[in-house]
Amino acid sequence: MYKLWASIYKEFLLLTRDLGGLTILFVMPLVLIITITLIQDSSFKSIQESEIPILIVDNDKGMISSTIFEGLRNQKLFEVIVKEKESEVEELVFKGTYQLAIVIPENLSRDLELKISQNVEGVLADFGLEGEDASAAKIEVPTKEVRLYFDPAIQQSFKLSIKSGIDKMISKIETESIYKAFQEQLSDDDSSFEFNAEKFITFNEITPKLKEDQVLPNSAQHNVPAWTLFAIFFIIVPLSINMVKEKSQGTFVRLRTNPVSYTIVLAGKTVLFLTVCLIQFFLMVLIGVYLFPAIGLPSLDVSGKLFLAFLVAFFSGLAAVGLGLLLGTIAKSQEQAAPFGATFVVVLAALGGVWVPVFMMPNFMQFISNLSPMNWGLNAFYDVFLRNVGLLEILPEIGLLFLFFLATTIISIIYNNKKNAV
Amino acid sequence: MLQIQQLSKKYKGADYYSVSNLDLDIYEGEIFGILGPNGAGKTTLISMLCSLIKPTSGSFTINNLDYTNNKKELKQLIGIVPQEYALYPSLTAYENLSYFGSMYGLHGKKLKDSIHLYLEKMGLLEFANKKIEVFSGGMKRRINLIASVLHQPKILFLDEPTVGVDVQSKNVIIDHLKQLNKQGTTIIYTSHHLNEAEHFCTRVAIIDHGKIIVKGKPKELIASNEKAHNLEDVFIEFTGKELRDHV
Repeated sequence: MYKLWASIYKEFLLLTRDLGGLTILFVMPLVLIITITLIQDSSFKSIQESEIPILIVDNDKGMISSTIFEGLRNQKLFEVIVKEKESEVEELVFKGTYQLAIVIPENLSRDLELKISQNVEGVLADFGLEGEDASAAKIEVPTKEVRLYFDPAIQQSFKLSIKSGIDKMISKIETESIYKAFQEQLSDDDSSFEFNAEKFITFNEITPKLKEDQVLPNSAQHNVPAWTLFAIFFIIVPLSINMVKEKSQGTFVRLRTNPVSYTIVLAGKTVLFLTVCLIQFFLMVLIGVYLFPAIGLPSLDVSGKLFLAFLVAFFSGLAAVGLGLLLGTIAKSQEQAAPFGATFVVVLAALGGVWVPVFMMPNFMQFISNLSPMNWGLNAFYDVFLRNVGLLEILPEIGLLFLFFLATTIISIIYNNKKNAV
Repeated sequence: MLQIQQLSKKYKGADYYSVSNLDLDIYEGEIFGILGPNGAGKTTLISMLCSLIKPTSGSFTINNLDYTNNKKELKQLIGIVPQEYALYPSLTAYENLSYFGSMYGLHGKKLKDSIHLYLEKMGLLEFANKKIEVFSGGMKRRINLIASVLHQPKILFLDEPTVGVDVQSKNVIIDHLKQLNKQGTTIIYTSHHLNEAEHFCTRVAIIDHGKIIVKGKPKELIASNEKAHNLEDVFIEFTGKELRDHV
C-alpha cells in the first residue's frame, strides 16, 4: 500500500512541477469547449437570425421572380443583392466574395403561365369542357432552367438546403398558378370560387421523453459531453509521454530493479491521471452551468444528472487512462507517443460521433464506430444529458468502458512482462 | 554470496555472445571489480545479475537464492547504481530518495532518517530540497548512489559509478562505498578507471568478448606479470591496444 501511495504522490509531484503542462491540461479543454460551443451556437443563430448575402440576376422580371424575392426576404435568412449580368455573379461566387447566386431565366413567369394553361386546358378538354383560350395549346413552350451558382468551398449540406428551399418556392408558385388557371377556366367571376391554398400539413417538432421532465437539446447539452469526452481522452498524450520519459531518464530501469510490480507503477499513474480527468470533467460542467449563460450561450442542465454524468466521466477516464498506459508501455520515444496519441484521439473522436453523428456514417463506419470507446462514452453522456435515463440504461456503456480499461491495462502488463522477462 | 554458472547472453540478431559461458564466484564482503574494454560484456553481465535482462543460458544464485524462482527476494537483497542518473529531474533530491526508498518498502521515520543520514554523509543535506535538474554531475552521481543503498542491500552493483565526476565527488563516492563494504555490503563494480579499481577492489576480473580472461587480487595480478607496474599494464597485456569501437 505504501508503494502505491508513494507512486501516486510521485506522479502528483511530477505533474504539478510542470506548471505549463498542467495549465495546458486544464485550460485547453476549457478553451476548446467554449470556442466550439460559441461557434456552433453562433452558426445556429446565424442561420436563424443573421442574413446571408445572395446574388440574384432577374432576367424574368415577372411574377415568379418577385415571388422568389419576396420568399427570400420573408425567410430573413438572406440579404438579396440584385445584379444585372450572369457572368458577373459567376465570377463573384467563384472568387468566394459571395457564396450563392440565383439566375432566373428570361420569360420564366410568362412561359410557366402558358405551360400551366396548356396543361389545364388539356385536362378540361378531356372532360369535354372547352377553355377560354384554346389557341394557347398550339404554342411550344421551352423548358426553363433556374441556375444556381455556389461557392466551391460551400458545404454540401448547405447547398442541398438552399436547393430545397428554392425548389419549394417554385413548387408553391406552380401550385398557385395551377389553382389560378383552373379558377379562371371554370368560373367567369374570379370572386365566386376560390381554392383554399393554405398549407394543409404542418410540422411540429417534439423531443421524445420517457419521464415528465423533458430535456430540450441545445448546443451546451450536446457540446459539453462531447468535448469533455474529447478532453478526457486527450489524457493519453501526457500520460504516454510521462511513461516514455521514465524510460529515457533511466528511472524506469531503476524501477525494474526495485521490488515493485509493474501493476503498482501503473496503478499510481491510473489514480493520478484519472483524477485529472475528473477535475477536467467538473471544470467543464462548471463552465457549462455558470460561464455559458454569462456569455450568452445556453446553460448546461445538470439537475438530477450530475451523479450519473460523474459515473460516465469516471469510466470514460478509466478507458482513456488504460489506452494511455498501453501507448506509454509500447512507445519507445516521445516522438512516437505524442503524435500517435493525439492523432489516435482525433480518429477515436471522429469514429465516436463527436463531429458527425454515427447514424449519418456509412454502414461499415457505423460498425467500426461501435468499437470506439469514445462512442460508448458519448452515448452514455447523451443518455444522461439528453435522454434523462437512469443508471440501468447506461450500464452497458460504462461496462464496456471498464472492460476496455481492464483489457488495455492487462495487455500493457503482459507486454511489459514479456518484453522485460527475466 | 554470488555464484555464476555458465552464464551466457546472446542478443536477438547478434552474431556473437555478449557474455559466454561465464563462471564466477564472488564472496561475501568483497569489493569485486569487473573490468574490460568497451563491448566486453560488463554491463550485460551486471544487467543479468540485476534481473534487467534474461540470460540466454546458465544460472546464478545470490545468497543461495536462484534468480529464476526468487526474483522479488533477490531484488530486495540487491542495489544497483546504474550508469545513467536514473532520477526524476523535476523532483528534489529528497523526493527522489523518498520515492525510491518507498519502492523498497521503507516508510515513515525509518525512511526519513535513512535519507537524512546518507545525504549528510554525501555532503548533500543542504541541497535536499533542490531539484535534481539543477545539480552538477557529481551531485547527481551521489544521489544516484544513495537511491540504491537506502534499503541497505546485501550486494551492491555499480556500473561506472564515478564516470564524469570531479575528483572531490569521486573521493566521497569511493569513501562511502568502502564504508558500506565495512558494514557488510558486498560490492560488484565496473569501471574504466583502472587506477581507481586497483586501489578500491579486493579482487578483479578482466573480461573480454564475454569471457573472463583473468581474475585475482590486483596486487597479485600485477606481480604475476613481469612487464606490469600497475593494473592498467595488466589490462593492456590481456586485452591489447587496438580500439574497441563497435555499434
